[in-house]
Amino acid sequence: MNWQAIRAIYIFEMARFFRTLMQSFLSPVLSTSLYFVVFGAAIGSRIDQIEGVSYGAFIVPGLIMLTTMTQATANASFGIYFPKFIGTIYELLSAPISFLEIVIGYVGAAATKAFFIGMIILGTAFFFVDLPIKYPFLMLGFLILTCISFALFGFIIGIWAGNFEQLQIIPLLVITPLVFLGGSFYSVTMLPPFWQFVTMLNPVFYLVSGFRWAFFGTADVPIGLSLMAIALFTLACLVFIGWIFRTGWRIKP
Amino acid sequence: MAAIVSVTDLTKTYDGGFQALKGVSLDISEGEILALLGPNGAGKTTLISAICGMITPSSGKISVGGHDIIDDYRAARRLIGLVPQEINLEPFEKVINTVRFTRGLFGKPRDDAYLEKILRQLSLWDKKDAPIKELSGGMKRRVLIAKALSHEPRVLFLDEPTAGVDVELRKDMWEIVEGLRADGVTIILTTHYIEEAEAIADRVGVITNGEILLVRPKDELIQQMGKKELWIELPDAIASVPVALESFDLRLEQDGTRLIYAYDTASERTGITKLLSTLSDEGITLRDVSTRQSSLEDIFVGLVGENA
Ligand SMILES: Nc1ncnc2c1ncn2[C@@H]1O[C@H](COP(=O)(O)OP(=O)(O)OP(=O)(O)O)[C@@H](O)[C@H]1O
Ligand SMILES: [Mg+2]
Repeated sequence: MNWQAIRAIYIFEMARFFRTLMQSFLSPVLSTSLYFVVFGAAIGSRIDQIEGVSYGAFIVPGLIMLTTMTQATANASFGIYFPKFIGTIYELLSAPISFLEIVIGYVGAAATKAFFIGMIILGTAFFFVDLPIKYPFLMLGFLILTCISFALFGFIIGIWAGNFEQLQIIPLLVITPLVFLGGSFYSVTMLPPFWQFVTMLNPVFYLVSGFRWAFFGTADVPIGLSLMAIALFTLACLVFIGWIFRTGWRIKP
Repeated sequence: MAAIVSVTDLTKTYDGGFQALKGVSLDISEGEILALLGPNGAGKTTLISAICGMITPSSGKISVGGHDIIDDYRAARRLIGLVPQEINLEPFEKVINTVRFTRGLFGKPRDDAYLEKILRQLSLWDKKDAPIKELSGGMKRRVLIAKALSHEPRVLFLDEPTAGVDVELRKDMWEIVEGLRADGVTIILTTHYIEEAEAIADRVGVITNGEILLVRPKDELIQQMGKKELWIELPDAIASVPVALESFDLRLEQDGTRLIYAYDTASERTGITKLLSTLSDEGITLRDVSTRQSSLEDIFVGLVGENA
């Protein structure tokens, strides 16, 4: 293992993050605050508790998930796409490093950023609502796993993308709708049976549900199922990345 | 001397079906400076990219320092530094950070004293905290060189290091190359400036259409392939070459005051003695006689022209 190289990539990527610290933190904090005002205060005042939790608190896990998934995907995809775009990828290809080390460096940095942003949103949430956290370690573990798996997913997007539009379209077109329709802002039991069934097909639903379970001890699906869903998703990303590694798909002529 | 880079029957066919390298074999000795010359699209960059791992060879074997570049890529690549033809740098990153990044990628622990030394050598030290986008083109090229040197490579590939670089910096660059050679670094450079190859290379390789035409020690090449010319200056202008001298194929220049005789240094009989005696038989007096050797440029143009 070339640990120096992993470290170098990680530090380099984190430096990009710190250069744009204000943007990196400000926009998620701002948008989350807006969600609290609109959903929590305005709508929440008309909705009673859901499963014994105030509506303002109920949406927190979904909000954190929405932002960390989007951020992890966006950061990792940009991180590997940018060198391809400006040509600095030659360094990665000609250095004595394996693809695995490249993945660890980029995915590690992207996941770290997403994790910090998730924590900031959690901190922001405390300003707005009373928030119990029933299983804090499980909550953190779940968050970290989500960051890593979506950073892996983002890495694949970044390798695949041929231009900036393609880079942005996946988070926009896939992740946001899946999170919104994945029970982030409502309990699935509030839906008619047909839409309940559709929701069951949405992988993000299991993640949001599991994450919420760590906070409140109640959820739409058993926690085991949620853990299985995230493990499956991570595994799928890893298998695909392994395939890219073997074929040099989209990186090496 | 032992070959530090060894390329055997290398071919590369790009995805579009274009064959950019058609069976290249090349041994590069430790410590030498090899200049690769060839017209645009000859395959110079493709050859370097294959050795450095940026493209996958279609067939053939490459080893660096005795390590196969695929089976033992870590050991092979650790020895290699690369300055690419295109200026590819992260615009927002600081100079010192990108150089540190490269050193890290090659598995070397941080060593700020060493990096300071190369940045000073390349006159980049006072720019070390500037973001790349604030540098001039020549400075950016020097940053690429600093990156390539950051991990103390034993073999350095310079893909047109002096393209678009002013005369002064080009001289600086040659000095740096000399310094590296003194440290025993093997250097492979591609260039379109033939005087550059002539000035710094030990050996010259000529490549066209994906094939190596020849690789020879520079001096030998100039000596063997070079035509020599005998310049005969005349005190009195003559209107045309005298009939008795027609068999020598002379050129008349300078308004009839200079006769030029081209001869092959490699041949047994140069014909000079006969020419001079014929001249005196004709009663032509000479003011001065000198010889010129054709430059690498003439040789190169001749070679590539023949094989076009
Ligand atoms: N990625 C690629 N896909 C397809 N063809 C390529 C690719 N890269 C290079 N080529 C082709 O391969 C040939 C050799 O290109 P190469 O860049 O090796 O030339 P070169 O000798 O470095 O030329 P120059 O002096 O212009 O830098 C060219 O015909 C080029 O069009
Ligand atoms: Mg080239």
